[in-house]
Amino acid sequence: MLGAGRGGRYVSSLRRLVSLARPVRRWLLLAILAAAGALIATIALMTAAPYLLSRAPLVTGFAALSVAVTAVRAFAIGRASLRYAERTLSHTTALRILTELRTTVYRSVARLAPGDLPDARSGDLLARIDADVGSLDVFFVRALVPVAAAILGGAFACAILGVLAPQLAVVLALFLVLAGIGVPLATRAASREAGTSLVEARGRLHADMAEQIEGMADLIAFGAERDALDRDALEADRILRAQRRRAAVLGGAAAASMLMTGVAGIACLWLAIPAVRAGSIAGTFVAVVPIVAFAAFEGVAPLGDAARQTEVSRAAATRTFALVDAQPRVADPVGPVVGPTHISIAFREVSFRYAPDAPIALDRLSFDLPVGRRLAIAGASGAGKTTVVNLLLRFWDPQDGSILVGDEDARRLPLATVRSLLGVVPQHPYLFNGTFRDNLLLADGAAEDDDLLAACERAQLGPFLASLPDGLDTAVGENGLKLSGGERQRVAIARIFLRDAPVLILDEATANLDPATERAVLREIDAFAAARSLMVVTHRSAPLALTDELVTLPV
Amino acid sequence: MGVAFTVASALTWFAAIVVLSGVVNDVFRHGADASDVAPGVWVLLGSIAARALLAGAGERAGEVAAASLVRTLRGKLTDALFRLGPVVLRNERSGDLVRLAGDGVESVGSWLARFRPARILAVVVPTIVAVLVLVLDPWSVLVLIVTGPVLVLLLALIGRRVRDATARRERELAWTSAHFLDVLRGLPTLKMFGRAEEHATVIEAVGRRNAETTMDVLRTAFQTTLVLEWGATAATALVAIEVSVRLMGGEVAFGPALAVLLLTPEFFAPLRRLSAEYHTGPAGVAVARRIFDVLDGVTPFEAVATMPPPDRASIRFDEVSVEYEDGARPALRGVTLEIPPVGSVALVGPTGAGKSTIADVLLGFVRPDAGRVTVGGVDLSTIDLSEWRSRIAWVGQRPALFSGTIADNLRLARLDATEEELWLALASAASDRFVRSLPRGMNTPVGEGGVRLSGGERQRLALARAFLRHAPLVILDEATSHLDKGTQDQVLDTVVSLAADRAVLLIAHRPEVARIADVVIGIEGGRACSARAAEVAT
Repeated sequence: MLGAGRGGRYVSSLRRLVSLARPVRRWLLLAILAAAGALIATIALMTAAPYLLSRAPLVTGFAALSVAVTAVRAFAIGRASLRYAERTLSHTTALRILTELRTTVYRSVARLAPGDLPDARSGDLLARIDADVGSLDVFFVRALVPVAAAILGGAFACAILGVLAPQLAVVLALFLVLAGIGVPLATRAASREAGTSLVEARGRLHADMAEQIEGMADLIAFGAERDALDRDALEADRILRAQRRRAAVLGGAAAASMLMTGVAGIACLWLAIPAVRAGSIAGTFVAVVPIVAFAAFEGVAPLGDAARQTEVSRAAATRTFALVDAQPRVADPVGPVVGPTHISIAFREVSFRYAPDAPIALDRLSFDLPVGRRLAIAGASGAGKTTVVNLLLRFWDPQDGSILVGDEDARRLPLATVRSLLGVVPQHPYLFNGTFRDNLLLADGAAEDDDLLAACERAQLGPFLASLPDGLDTAVGENGLKLSGGERQRVAIARIFLRDAPVLILDEATANLDPATERAVLREIDAFAAARSLMVVTHRSAPLALTDELVTLPV
Repeated sequence: MGVAFTVASALTWFAAIVVLSGVVNDVFRHGADASDVAPGVWVLLGSIAARALLAGAGERAGEVAAASLVRTLRGKLTDALFRLGPVVLRNERSGDLVRLAGDGVESVGSWLARFRPARILAVVVPTIVAVLVLVLDPWSVLVLIVTGPVLVLLLALIGRRVRDATARRERELAWTSAHFLDVLRGLPTLKMFGRAEEHATVIEAVGRRNAETTMDVLRTAFQTTLVLEWGATAATALVAIEVSVRLMGGEVAFGPALAVLLLTPEFFAPLRRLSAEYHTGPAGVAVARRIFDVLDGVTPFEAVATMPPPDRASIRFDEVSVEYEDGARPALRGVTLEIPPVGSVALVGPTGAGKSTIADVLLGFVRPDAGRVTVGGVDLSTIDLSEWRSRIAWVGQRPALFSGTIADNLRLARLDATEEELWLALASAASDRFVRSLPRGMNTPVGEGGVRLSGGERQRLALARAFLRHAPLVILDEATSHLDKGTQDQVLDTVVSLAADRAVLLIAHRPEVARIADVVIGIEGGRACSARAAEVAT
């Protein structure tokens, strides 16, 4: 589903990348014009300065040189200023495009997660979004703009030499094309394999390192950190080998384009000599010929790098667009939207497995949770209790049977509607790396501090929060890791007190609490659930006491 | 080596310039024809070919140097991260650390491999040019001598601003990266609360702010380049005008004058290159500082004592105190307790009382700030930690499973375990049945953190992994919290039989777990107390 296409997509993903610039195309055009202007100013300077030098011995009086002197000064200042304009414009444009793209990618991942992102390890996702999107920035700055500028600048240099003698323009154009297109193409062909294995090996290494850093405690405790680091070192060696191969190609490319520059200058000079003798080129332009030819290559030099960037960006763009294009299997219904008439919930012969090769997670499960009732889902661990919650939230849809919300098939209701009915405390609540307040406000963005504190009080977090010097502003750490398992669970419970949803679902919500705290929390939930439906997923007796009906899942 | 190639290639280019000026002079001033200048043109071609080859070699050497530097540095960094351990790193976002070991190390590598040679070239090459110009036309050297140092001074002054701004940009990037990972991981939660959509605006806002900061930094860098380019092109223009005026008076010959004009930009080119590397340079510096902070954070450790044999290795905590830096987590305050070499000890007490910290101390993730821990009378801080950990089997509150198969994950505990032993371990953790029910059995892959497994299944695999280790000390930290009663009982049976010939430390807040222990110790507010006191407190 997320696999990257090859071959035929080469042009299409680049074209699509370029089309991202459509909203900022004026800025991009300005950047290109500034870049070309800087290049043209350089070439003009390299025409005016040697001409000035050549005129000087032949004239008397400074006035005779004043036009050339003014031109030299103007081109010198113009070149630097235009280059500054180019850099600022192209980077600003690229960053704007990127911000858009990042958001687009986020929206796609948000549509897909978690059900349709099964195999994407989060380290890999990080590498994908951060590195891929980041490398696309470089495409505009270091590939698109320089290529356009090189074409305009090269044409200008050819025009100058063409005015002197047409054959000079032809020779220069030939070498420019060789150095500007031939060398980058050859470089691309030679480094493609190394480039691909480099990107892949880096992605693997980043994903592995992410996993190892997160599971560090387990690795160290089992003395397995050496093995893990050794595996990383092997991957790093693979990267190094690819980089060596690429370095040889790059060295060759640098040598080749430098050779073209020099040879082009000399060839033009050589061709100009008979023309000077014949009088068709004035002697004062002899110095101009090789120097303009050299200067013309200033725009070509970055093209090797541009080709490499294009290669990297193409791979990144293909993967990024694959992600953007991936269609979630769980989706909002098409056609007229119906609303649930009431909020009873029913499973009808629901069967589900997470993947075609995975074991069956639910086998023809049926139950009813009428409005205002309290139902327990019990079963040995692994019996699929959490799957019931995942299906209710429509993170996945069942393969067979149906889930009814108010007599309507859940698949016919908008996702947002279904989810807004549910207040879920998951088995492993996720806390964002922010403060207690940030994490609580998720459940109710409009809540005042008093509401938050009241919810925490009911979730038995009151004394703990009071003991923290920063209270609600205390940072919870990455994934809430600065808190204990029980504290994280209670934050998640406080969230549902704030959420005020008509159906409460507790998935092993109190498993990490000590008995006294658990009793107190359950009392609060009991009271809160008075006017709501309640579903308790558990294997333990204390939460079961809240319910009046029991569904036991077979293993 | 790369620098030597680059200097040599510059020298061949300067030779080419001098020869070229001679050829042009002959054609322009003396009306020479092609055959007259042919020898010169051949020399020109030769020096240009040499220049290209040397420059290519320099490029290659630079790339290779950067790549191997990255490789070495990354090895050192990950090594240091694992030496520091999970508790010390708890305050860092793991996204930050991953980025540091990934892109961060790469940017430092490119800094070291490009910026340093650029700095050398910025001194060597202009000196060579100045000497050449001095020989060709002594008056023109004045322009270079005046403008060169002024530009270097300006560069140094603005460079500091760039440096600060780049450090800010690095922090911003690291933050954005960690923020992304956090949001992606939390997506199910966001969707649950119907906030996934609106969070796109947060991503957008973070991206915008990041773009602004980046532009600030880049603009500063570009301004530096602008000043330098203005200086360099103005100097070239000045030389052109000054030489022309003296050419008019016949004070200088055309050939040397043209050579000087062509050499002048070469005086500034290395300075421009240095300035261009400058904005990767300080980024490298900022990241390098963070990398070296991590590397320096590792205290060298030498084991001075040999470990006592396990059968006599009774573990004692003597007035052990631990304080966490951030102060938000409970610490230990003078805990004294004993874990005999055989039998089970349960630590009970309310959540957050400091029970897990005792496990952290035992695993060597934290060192006591006061008091000491002894093993068979030997101070734990004098023993080689990896040797000590080879005696421990630990299941934490959030056991990690790694990408790979179930068998791979189990073999983490013992690399050479046979398949039979794996099944035995799974059976003693009551998980053989569910593993057998998987189509690919033990070869079923589990994703990061075991995405496809239920909480209880993950916990049971972690238990199986610990049992497979056959370690003399088993630490189970809330290791059965996700198991149903029947499964938990099976696991506890295993624990009881393990405790017959080894030490088992159970950390629990549930009475049914503590009930199987030979000794129950209460932990309350970072202190050890009688079990009853702890129970009253819960």
